[in-house]
Amino acid sequence: MTSFRAITALAIAALLVTWGCSEPAPVAGNTLQRGLPSDPETLDHHKARSVQAAEVLRDLGEGLAAYTATGELVPAAAERWDVSDDGLTYTFRLRDGLKWSNGDALTAAHFVAGMRRLVNPATAAFYAQMIVDIENADGIVSGDIPVSMLGVEAPDDRTVVLRLVQPTPYLTGLLTHPSTFPIHPGAFETHGDGFARPGKLVSNGAYRLDAWVPGSLVSLKRNPHYWNDAATSIDAVNYHVVVQNAAELNRYRAGELHVTSTVPTDSFAQVRDEYGAQLRIAPYLSVYYYGFNLTKAPFSDNPALREALSMAIDRELLAEKVLGRGERPAYSWVPPGVHNYEPPRLAFAALNKQERERLARLRYKEAGYGPDEPLQVEVRYNTNDTNKRIAVAIQAMWREVLGIEATLINEEFQVLLANMRAAEITQVFRSSWIGDYNDAHTFLSILQKGSPANMPRYASDEYDDLMARAAAQVDPERRRLYLEEAERVLLSDHPVIPLYVWVSRHLVSPQVSGWGDNVLDYHYSQHLSLKTTD
Amino acid sequence: MLRYTLLRILGAIPTLLLVIALAFVMVHAAPGGPFADDRVVSPDIEANLNTAYDLDDPLPKQFLRYVGGLLRGDLGPSFRYVDRSVSELIGGALPYSLMLGAAAMSLALVLGVGAGTLAALRQDSVLDRLIMGFSMTGISIPVFVVAPALILLFAVKLKWLPAGWSGAPGVGRYVLPVVTLALPQIAYIARLTRASLIDVLGRDFIRTARAQGLGTATVVRVHALKPAMLPVLSYLGPAIAAILTGSVVVEEVFGIPGVGQFFVRGALNRDYTLVLGIVVFYASLIVALNLVVDVLYGVIDPRVRYR
Repeated sequence: MTSFRAITALAIAALLVTWGCSEPAPVAGNTLQRGLPSDPETLDHHKARSVQAAEVLRDLGEGLAAYTATGELVPAAAERWDVSDDGLTYTFRLRDGLKWSNGDALTAAHFVAGMRRLVNPATAAFYAQMIVDIENADGIVSGDIPVSMLGVEAPDDRTVVLRLVQPTPYLTGLLTHPSTFPIHPGAFETHGDGFARPGKLVSNGAYRLDAWVPGSLVSLKRNPHYWNDAATSIDAVNYHVVVQNAAELNRYRAGELHVTSTVPTDSFAQVRDEYGAQLRIAPYLSVYYYGFNLTKAPFSDNPALREALSMAIDRELLAEKVLGRGERPAYSWVPPGVHNYEPPRLAFAALNKQERERLARLRYKEAGYGPDEPLQVEVRYNTNDTNKRIAVAIQAMWREVLGIEATLINEEFQVLLANMRAAEITQVFRSSWIGDYNDAHTFLSILQKGSPANMPRYASDEYDDLMARAAAQVDPERRRLYLEEAERVLLSDHPVIPLYVWVSRHLVSPQVSGWGDNVLDYHYSQHLSLKTTD
Repeated sequence: MLRYTLLRILGAIPTLLLVIALAFVMVHAAPGGPFADDRVVSPDIEANLNTAYDLDDPLPKQFLRYVGGLLRGDLGPSFRYVDRSVSELIGGALPYSLMLGAAAMSLALVLGVGAGTLAALRQDSVLDRLIMGFSMTGISIPVFVVAPALILLFAVKLKWLPAGWSGAPGVGRYVLPVVTLALPQIAYIARLTRASLIDVLGRDFIRTARAQGLGTATVVRVHALKPAMLPVLSYLGPAIAAILTGSVVVEEVFGIPGVGQFFVRGALNRDYTLVLGIVVFYASLIVALNLVVDVLYGVIDPRVRYR
């Protein structure tokens, strides 16, 4: 009976899928329809934490700097900035006549107020760590120093001065993040923490908030007071919340969306054949990796074993055959494409498959294991189809090359997270990291001793020392060399197995122009335009 | 009957309290927390978050505070939707869910009883076979298959209806979700009605009615349908439960901003208060609807007496 049901269901679904393929119908009007994979938890830019919320917030607000469609950093609310010789003081000059969406003047003090609210412990902002390099930010977040001591000042209406504790060459990249956007003091004072709602939210970006039905739709309208409104083409933007990727694809097919947030992994090949150039794939600032628990046997004090496990994995096979959706094999911790950085590669990356496997067996033996004494290891991953396929493939590779007996354990994401953080029962675990800004620091810093995201509990004095030296450097060239050296140390210690680099996948309607691919996967609506069909 | 109703309402209070207590323990026992994420924050920030949401108090204290709030009608703040309260979220989502559920239930009753009656009156005919065949399919195919199939047919191929709720304004956007949700219930109710009506039509009192010279239509309408509805009425409780659980999937597929999808999202995000709030709401709803069904039973079946 059950199998009969399954077969009928599959048959009907297959029939309809094949039948359902067709060109998307054009969407009328100058309103951009975008898919969003989950609801923004809030449009309060200090409290928001999800990628989805940030996407909407980049349309609503604007920081001192921003990115172009192809990911070049450019001045935004600031027209220019100067950096002091020691790299510790940034002086931003705001554009003349900046306005909020209600027509009020936007001044430097509003940027100061925004950053103060971000680090204020009462705000309990998730992204308070974004500006941790600003003077006193750390102490304010922990409640030891009053908020007014933050190293951000507005000497006049058009000047914002930031004082840093160490040279932070990626600072201007951080200032594109919504958590650093200014706040309209009037709206906040009148409405308190509920200021970020339709009818209340006053924003300073290319769009303003028009309506929001939680769980379904966020509607934005063009902000006529925006300084660059003349360059904005699209009048309104609808963000449709579509949790299921397959449902999002159907809505694109039905012509209800111009841009999707992703492409369902299991229909990727079909979508590629069906839509050709409408499918946009670009490397994404991310790394998918397996981590070792370095606090417990068998992986503590056994780098040879860790290297053997890393070497025995055929990353090309994983990326091309097991995944096959544009992913790139990863041989470094920092993904390629990062600004001013050339990631070193794992030492064995240059070897061919046979040499690599031979060397892996050698290291495995050195580590004290062999056919008679195979390693028994548990691999934990969070329940998800892709993770499972990867884990099964790696299990087979380890068995074939080294004879390892790996047990796969899938756990709900939150359970895995709790286990990784406790580092008690984990041995090998799946995780990933997505860069917050376009700099190697966003990847390298998390593996420093004491970093809360250091899941393997990697602790190397040499690495931390190189990171500290890099942090003190003003000269970008020398800083880059220190960072690359740090990664070389990291890669030779094998606390993690970098497996592949993610890609962003979008379907973009032929009606849309101005779309640019970039490693951060940021797509501001103000850069796009629509060819209307009526 | 009034006394019976009041007693039932009083009896529901301990049930609800037990449900709340169990749900409270379960959501907190699940590993992780509302602020756990792979972008791990510094301990200072985590401490600030826990303080802001009173998560650093011991669990029993948190529970008492929660029940205290509940008595005042306050379901607490949502942990994920940081600037909204749970009451506000449920209140905002309820109209959509009610509309979806009520429409699906009505459609299921009208079509289910209608088709079942037709099938019973034309027993073993081609029409009967067709209706029963359709209803078997309707029961067998799960909602998550029906929904995309209907979308592909009516939204992508024929372009008659929107594929998602936010795709177009108006009533049209409810058609596919309501049909998806009602389909298995139409099928089930049709089968129940057919079986029950065939049984009733064979009874002595129907023969008596026919002997009095009444036409089939009158016999069915006046004499047979009412007793034949008893099994259908008993099924209403489970049907409402099925529509509630089905709406979770349907709301997510069609992007309807209803209570069901908040429930799923809330559980995955460990939004403790939102999940608890919806559990309280669902539990109260099911208790209330069961009561309504029991009272209706007495109205239809004269053999039932309430004490």
